[in-house]
Amino acid sequence: MLFRVAEKNEIKTLYNMLAEKNAVVGPVRTGKDRNGAPLYAFEQIADFQKLDLGYTTTRLPAKRYFLPFREDLATFTMNGREWTKQIGYNIDRPYVLFGLHACDINALNKLDKVLMGPVYPMPYYAAKRKNMFIIGIDCRPQPFCFCRSMGADTVLHGFDLFLTDIGDKYFIEILSAEAYEIAKDLKTEAPKESDHLQYMRTVAEKNKQFTAHVDTTDLTKILDMEFQSPVWKQWGDKCLGCGTCANVCPTCYCYGVEETVDVDLQHAKKIKSLYSCNIVDFAEVAGGHNFRPERSTRLKYRYYHKHRGFVEAYEESLCVGCGRCGEACLAGITVPEVIASVRGEEH
Amino acid sequence: MDHRLAFHDVHPHYHRYHRKADLDSFEFTYKAEITSVYKLTEQENLYRIRILDNEDRRHFSFRPGQFIMLELPGIGESPISISSSPSNHEDIELCIRAVGNLTTFLSRAERGTRVGIRGPFGTSFPMERMHGGNILLIAGGLGLVPLRSPIAHVQEHRSMFDKVDIVYGTKDTSRLLFKFQYEMWKKDDIGLHIILEKADPSWTGPVGFTTKVLEEIVKGRDDSYLANTYAIVCGPPVMFKSVCTMLSERGVPMQKMFVDLERRMHCGMGKCCRCNVGSTYTCLKGPVFDYWTVMNLKEAI
Repeated sequence: MLFRVAEKNEIKTLYNMLAEKNAVVGPVRTGKDRNGAPLYAFEQIADFQKLDLGYTTTRLPAKRYFLPFREDLATFTMNGREWTKQIGYNIDRPYVLFGLHACDINALNKLDKVLMGPVYPMPYYAAKRKNMFIIGIDCRPQPFCFCRSMGADTVLHGFDLFLTDIGDKYFIEILSAEAYEIAKDLKTEAPKESDHLQYMRTVAEKNKQFTAHVDTTDLTKILDMEFQSPVWKQWGDKCLGCGTCANVCPTCYCYGVEETVDVDLQHAKKIKSLYSCNIVDFAEVAGGHNFRPERSTRLKYRYYHKHRGFVEAYEESLCVGCGRCGEACLAGITVPEVIASVRGEEH
Repeated sequence: MDHRLAFHDVHPHYHRYHRKADLDSFEFTYKAEITSVYKLTEQENLYRIRILDNEDRRHFSFRPGQFIMLELPGIGESPISISSSPSNHEDIELCIRAVGNLTTFLSRAERGTRVGIRGPFGTSFPMERMHGGNILLIAGGLGLVPLRSPIAHVQEHRSMFDKVDIVYGTKDTSRLLFKFQYEMWKKDDIGLHIILEKADPSWTGPVGFTTKVLEEIVKGRDDSYLANTYAIVCGPPVMFKSVCTMLSERGVPMQKMFVDLERRMHCGMGKCCRCNVGSTYTCLKGPVFDYWTVMNLKEAI
């Protein structure tokens, strides 16, 4: 880790240097919601003016650049009873992800644990993850953000560069050697003590702005104790079982695989599609038995996986507190409310 | 200054032996051929499958209780327990009921059909730990399928075990699996106790649930038998729950009872989450769990 400071207009230079030879993905404004608030999305951009680094949040996470909603795992060529299997990891160039918030980078770090760990690492994810040059940017807490409760409001690794707006300058963290080589061509300076103080003030100011909180104290034990709690039934009755929460979640990775044959019967495909544990047939086996037929057991399972099972396996929860699921849920179910109710607090 | 980022190629460079930690083992498929299809009942066939590559076949090994992912290109992929002896390196045998998309298609497949297999995956029955002890192999319905592999291990190492009994409960005589092996099991000094839910005129054995005949077996044996007994259980959740509760009450320690679970799976490698029980991956931490672990899995029972 190396710290530098730069004038604000150097960011445009940084963008231009990278965009000249590489594809760049970043937050852009795409429209307005029903209350007139701007909507943002991570899209490939060709012009620095489109990049909106002051964005609040995006409806969808940057997950699709790492785990596309649908991708081919393999293709088959068939010839009589013979067949051959072709495997490709569906990426052919590096990408620059310009302007991810700390929660979204933390989400990738969590995905790394499952998808790039020592047991059956997933090459489709690894190939993309290793080819993303990630530039993080600081953010302002929104009413639905509870990242601080989940320990995901700051990020320590998993990116190349991180920019923090400290007033008239950007405070830059340089993490990778590649980022160092690039930053060499920017006009930067070593931060002075006054810059350090300004950085600390900025962070302290941000921390005061959080309004949503989740109490994670002893949560794994409490979830075990309250496994039969009637609150699950209440939330299950509200849940629509639509799977939107998993779709907008930056850490949900579960999927289904299906195979299809082309009409010429010469080619076939093995296709992976992201799925959601809230969808009715998630745990249904051949023959029709369903291990989780009720919406309440599926919703409960989702919380168990994120806030208990993952903690058991990796000492941290599979939630970064970005609040996207609560914002997107048509039934208005939010993580802080569900956890509070399980803890027996009012909601 | 040229700031073109370097492309990191993680694409497979050919590895002869695939390890869990290799990126290219993820979608690696052994090409195999169905060498025989033997009709066991109206619903189940026993498929003998042979990995085509000579070297791959020699190196393919598994332990009793493990499963493979069986793939029919263009149709799909399913987890299937291996139902044959781990010491047979020529063929593996899979007993499959025609019940879903892939298995129904498979029931129409002929000798010579080329299939793909990935694996083996999952945990296994710790047979070596059971050496010197008694074994109760308890199966309900299709649960006999994964038990055929530990039974084969017992037959091949019969002197390593004391009393061995198979308790097998199924619906009626038409559902009995592996009938051609019953005499051989008995000749290897393995007690075979079959109980049917529904009797027909040809049936002279007991009628009822598995626990009924199990109770009779246990009644006739002393405390030292139970203290030195391992149980291997596979069947529907209600069945393994009642069996394990009963054995636990009689004094068989929970960590000496092994349960084989069945779940939906789309990968077999701890990624797709479809097989999770509570929040435990059946494909990685199972399918074989000791009963203490199963009791502690939320949702298992």
